[in-house]
This record gives sequence, structure tokens and C-alpha cells, in this order.
Amino acid sequence: MSLDLSDALQTFYAESRGLLQEMEESLLRLESTPDDAEAINAVFRAAHTIKGSSGLFGLDDIVAFTHKAENLLDRVRNNELPLNEALIGLLLGCRDHIERLVDIASANAEMDSETREQGEALVAGMRQCMGGAAASLVEAESPLQSVGGGQMAGDVWHISLRFGPDVLKDGMDPLSFIRYLATLGEIRHISTLTDALPGAVAMDPECCYLGFEISLRSDADKARIESVFEFVRDDCQLHILAPGSRVADFVNLILALPEDQNRLGEILVACGAVTQRELDESLAAQKCEGDNQENVQPLGEILVQRQIVQPELVDAALNKQKEVRLRQTQEARFIRVHADKLDELINLVGELVIAGAGAGLLAQRKGDGAMQEATALMSRLVDEIRDGALRLRMVPIGETFSRFQRVVRDVSKELGKDIELVITGAETELDKSVVEKIGDPLTHLVRNSMDHGIESAEVRAASGKSPKGKLRLNAYHDSGSIVIEVGDDGGGLNKDRILQKAIERGIVGANQSLTDREIYNLIFEAGFSTADQVSNLSGRGVGMDVVRRNIEALRGMVELDSTPGEGTTVRIRLPLTLAIIDGFLVGVGDASYVVPLEMVLECVELSEADRQALTHRAYINLRGEVLPFVRLHDHFEVAGKGARRENIVVVQYGGRKAGLVVDQLMGEFQTVIKPLGKMFSRVKGISGSTILGTGEVALILDVQALIQQAAERERAAA
Amino acid sequence: MEIHSEQHDACLCLYPSGEMSIYSAAELKPALLDALARSEEIEINLADISEIDTSGVQLLMLMKREAAVAGKSLKLAGHSPSVLEVFELLGLGNWFGDPQLLPADAIKTRGAA
Repeated sequence: MSLDLSDALQTFYAESRGLLQEMEESLLRLESTPDDAEAINAVFRAAHTIKGSSGLFGLDDIVAFTHKAENLLDRVRNNELPLNEALIGLLLGCRDHIERLVDIASANAEMDSETREQGEALVAGMRQCMGGAAASLVEAESPLQSVGGGQMAGDVWHISLRFGPDVLKDGMDPLSFIRYLATLGEIRHISTLTDALPGAVAMDPECCYLGFEISLRSDADKARIESVFEFVRDDCQLHILAPGSRVADFVNLILALPEDQNRLGEILVACGAVTQRELDESLAAQKCEGDNQENVQPLGEILVQRQIVQPELVDAALNKQKEVRLRQTQEARFIRVHADKLDELINLVGELVIAGAGAGLLAQRKGDGAMQEATALMSRLVDEIRDGALRLRMVPIGETFSRFQRVVRDVSKELGKDIELVITGAETELDKSVVEKIGDPLTHLVRNSMDHGIESAEVRAASGKSPKGKLRLNAYHDSGSIVIEVGDDGGGLNKDRILQKAIERGIVGANQSLTDREIYNLIFEAGFSTADQVSNLSGRGVGMDVVRRNIEALRGMVELDSTPGEGTTVRIRLPLTLAIIDGFLVGVGDASYVVPLEMVLECVELSEADRQALTHRAYINLRGEVLPFVRLHDHFEVAGKGARRENIVVVQYGGRKAGLVVDQLMGEFQTVIKPLGKMFSRVKGISGSTILGTGEVALILDVQALIQQAAERERAAA
Repeated sequence: MEIHSEQHDACLCLYPSGEMSIYSAAELKPALLDALARSEEIEINLADISEIDTSGVQLLMLMKREAAVAGKSLKLAGHSPSVLEVFELLGLGNWFGDPQLLPADAIKTRGAA
């Protein structure tokens, strides 16, 4: 049992975090559009689901707190409380507290006194809000009176029950549940539905076919009402609508119920979408038409004829039905898969790629045409499987970005600045394993931009800018990598100061000439930033070397652009995936190397004239362009002389180009990246290894490092 | 469960007695349907029903519907207190459309529920 439960618990934690995320997004949305009913509902639903699930696991702390938050939300939802900034702040606080409680539960820890105090403070805050509401109730209460009298009065719950066929056989009598329900309050109205009752022959007298629509006046809360049906929970369809539910809720209920749509009118009545008075009038009309039940016109028709249920309401119901169906199908399109399973799949695909390459090679050697054709087809399919498998792990970066809404909101409050977050390119996808690791560096950059990049409102106004600062998060795909930009419209970096500091620190020589860009990027150098420089350098550069290290660990790079007075943009460039790449295979001596294909611009033959010149200069003339180069033969100290004819592979990364001089061009190759052991971590110019179809090992070139090296060599020579 | 039956003119009167519950439902259903097949007019007297549960209510509802489909008449009469209590709880009085005698003590029971 403990095993099963712990699995389910993990799912609960994951789901709760997802719901909390949703809750936060909705709350932030409410901040700008306070009467977005859908967002309020989303917040309520999230809280409610978390409460319900944590109840199942006996996580009482979460239940207790969430219950209080839910009460508050319920008041908001019923328009009893005006949703203002303070209230949203409080609700955000509640959300954070729930998150803390979930964290504590998932860590199997006890609640510490600090958390407890926070919880109590929040509860007190909520109580104050609720108390205050009573006074302003009259003013605040302008219920949405939809067509056809959409709202039910007072504390009347609507309960919709459909018992499963086996309840009677299981020794439970639906009547006893209804009797028990009646002890919670007063059953105002009950309709017994026999729609599910089959024909006389097919009807099994020991099965239950009845359904009930009940309106109950009660002070009990939803959990209490739900608990009435605890023993039949799995055996019945139970829908409980809170007092004051809107027409839309009833419509949803109608759609959730199994009865025929033709009885819409009747069910609307049963649901209380029409008032009791209207119902009585219609009943009287129905009575008049005669006692014989079968000739009686359906109540719904009468209601429409008598214009008690407006056609609009029916239309709305139908529209809603379509929407709901659409949403349901969309929801059904997602499944939750354990990340490990995906990793395993991708590993297997990796092995498949290697095995496929081996088979292809054999077929080629044999010279068997049919076999080559077969392996060619197979390798195409393997390609597709590989892409498909990798796509499974791709997630849009938007989720990560939207988390910053909250960071920006909180930090700007903290700093007393008015800062707006603009997100673009949220749909850009990247590997989940990369997404997980990018959060911290991004947070760092965002905080930095807000703290030091964007000036205070007064300074902004003085320099003729809008007092509202702007922070941009942008993402896009660029030659096989994803680029993430964090930009601000602040004051920009102070170039002279950075240079001065760098010279003081001995990072650059005093008479070294650097481009602006190189100067700006000095702030990523280790040892450049220490705490005491925060203020000197208008604070920029705190821990930027850590950011760079984190990004480089992901085989990415980071650079910075800044325009004085206009702002700063930090650009992070990351590989899309960490597992499999399209590679370009080159040969140097007897060894093979792989260059990531996305970085290859072109291949040209090394002309004899250039070859001669290589000995005394560190660049090649590529159609009038200066191209620094690295000769892999020399770089890796491959034994033997170079081949008679050499080729240049022109590679590009991060806007910089370089040439790699190799002996042989061997063509495209699907490369499964195998990490190198720790022993090789210091070898420059290599980022990993892979296995060729022949079983040989090929090293994957770290193009970024090679380009850098080429550029340095060129500069040194010049 | 015993069903005593009497013929009054065209009307077949059934007097089931005891519990109309899940324990007797399997036995009761064919008996009631059989009676319905035999006569154009049926009255079920519920005076001797000591207890009724969902399965019993369901059977009565089935009978009522079947009778209506066949164009026959089915009446319920002499509702015992326990039947009244359940009909009251489920709001079924109107559904069957039969006159019900509400004795004073039945009203009290209703208040207590």
C-alpha cells in the first residue's frame, strides 16, 4: 500500500505545483483585468482541487489552510468581495503559503514555526477581508442577473445525483443518503429522474436506475455535503453546485448529466435556472392540460412558450456545450508521462541510430543494391523516430517565462519601481532538460536588470523616458540553438568604468585595444565582480561569472549588448537538445571528428596559395573576408603529415566565423552524444564523443572553443 | 412477500404485504408485470407495506410507466406511513398523481425528517 500511495503522492505533488502555477498566472491576470470571471474560477478550481486531493492523502495542514482560502475565493467568485490589489496580494500570499505547505509535505518535514506564523497571519488577513466584506456587502452585491433569472437565492445548494447500477446490490440504499442529506438542512425541492430506467423486460429489479436533482437549503459547506456521499462516492455521479452559482454553472451541469438533451427545459427547471414562482405557474399550466401523463407537453416547451426560459438561455447552453466539448477534447490530448521513461526512450533511439549506421555501412560495403535500399529506408525512418522522440521532450519556454511575471511584480514592489514585463517568443520550444537548468541564470539576469539596469522613475523622467520601465524576455530559434534575450530599457552599461576596473583587476592589459562589445562582456569574467564593486559599477556584474558558468555547462554561451541611455540586452544561446545532433563527419589523419551540422556554413578546398600562406599568417582570405582558422591536424597533434589535399570547413557560432582545416570531408552523420569522462574535461576543443557505425569512436568538436581559439591566434599574430 | 389479489369489477386490486425492498424485488417484479398483463385496470394497495426502499420505488415507477405505455390505468392506494415517508422524501406524490391520505402522524414524521 505504501508503494502505491507514494506514487500517487508524487503525482499529487506534481499536479499541485501545476495548479499553483496556474493559480498564480490567473491571479496576475486578475491584477490587470479584475472582472475576468474565468480567471477567478480558475483560481478557485485550483484551490479546490488541491484541497480535495490533499484530503485524500490526509495532509491536514494543507486542507485546513486551503479550505480557508477557498472560502475567501468563494466570496470573491460570488461577487461579494471586490477584487482589489490588496486582495490579490493576499491571495498571492495564500498561494505561496500553499506551495510552502506542499513543499513541506513532499519533503516529509514538519511545519516550522515560521511557516505556521505566516499561515496564521494570512488567515487573519483573510478573516479581516471577509469581515470587511459584510459591511460593504450591500454596495458590492450586484449579482450578474443573467437572462432568465440566472442566480439562485440565498444558501441553496444544488445537488445532482446519479447512482450507479450496483449500489443496491452492494447493500446501500440511495434513500438513506438522501435522508442523511436532509439532516444537513432542508430539502427544498427534489426531482426523481427515471430516464435511465430501461424497458420492463430489460429492467433488473436489483439494479438502481434512479437519479435525483435536489435543491438543499443548508449552512453546511461543500465538503460536508460531499461527505454525505462518501460511501458511494465511487458508485455515483455527484455534482454539487454552490449557492449563488451562475447560469453557466448550471449549463455545465446539464451537459455533464446523462439525460437526453430534449429534456433541457425540465432539467433547467430542476436545476433551479428558473425560479420557483415560474416553476409553479408552469406546473399549474401543465396540470390544466390533463391528468394523463403521456399527453403532457414537456415542461421545457411550456417554459419556452411562456417565455420563462428565454431562447437566449438555451442558445447560451448550446454554445457552452460546444466550448466545453472542445475543451474536453483538448484536455484529453495530454497525458502525463514520467520523464525517466522519455529519457529511456531517447537513449534507446540513440542506440538505434548507432546500430542503423552500422547496418548502413555493412550494406554499402557489400554492394548489395536491394539491401542498401532497405537500409536507406530504415535510416530515414530512424531519422523520423529520432526527431519525434526528441520533440516529445520539447516544451515551450513560455511556461518558464511566465513565472517571471511574479518575480517582476515582487521585485518591482520591493524596489519601488514601476516595471512592466514584455514576453515574446513564448512558443519557442526547447528540451525539457535545458529548461530545468535555465531558470536560475535567468532569474539572476532578470533581477539584475531590474535592480541595476532600469533607473528609478525620477531619473527616467529626467532623461525623457516613460517612467514605467520595461523588461523584455524574448526567445527564438537560430541555427540549431535557441536564443533567449533578457533586455531592459535602462541606462546601459558604463563602458569606461568597466574597462578601468578590468585593467585594475589585471583582466586586460592597459594598452590592449578592445571593441565595445568585448568590454561589455568583460563583466562575465571570473574575478571581475566582487561584492564591493556593486555600487562602483552601478551594480552590474554581480555574479555574472556564475551565470556564464551555468550557461556554458549547458554547451551554451552568453553575451551582452548595451547602448548608453537605451538599455542592455543579455543574450543566451543554448543548444536545443543535449542528446542527439545532426553532425558533419570530418577526417584528420586516421581519426574522425564530428562538427555539429547546424554550425557548418560551407566547405571549401584549401587552395595551394592559402596553404603556403598558412605557415606565416593566422587567417585565410575567403572571398575577400578575413577568416581565422584552426588546423585540426596541429591542434590535436595528429601523427603523420597532413593529406595532400586539405579542406576548410567554415563554421559559425554566435555571429562569429572560423575555418577548420581538415583532411577529409566524410558527410553528414547522426550523432548520439556520449559524454566524455571526467578525465577529459580539461581537453579544449572537444565537447563529447560518439560511436560510428564501424564501432570506432569519433570526438565531437567544441566549435565555440575552437572559434575562440582561432580568433585569439589571429589577434596574437596581428 | 405475499401478494393477495382481488377482482373488483374491471379493476384488479393487488395487496402486497411486507417489505418492498431489494430482498423481494426480484420476486415482486414478475408478479406485478404479470398482473399488469392480465388486466386493463389495476390498483396497488400499499397499506400493508411495512418498508420500502429505492428498489421498491423504482418498481412502482416502472409499473406506472409500463401501464401508461400500454394505455392501461394503474393507481396506487392506501399508502402506508413508510411509503408516504419515502414518497414525501423523493417528491413523488405528484409524479404518481394518486390521491394520498396524509394522516396527522405522517406529517409529524415529515417534519422530523
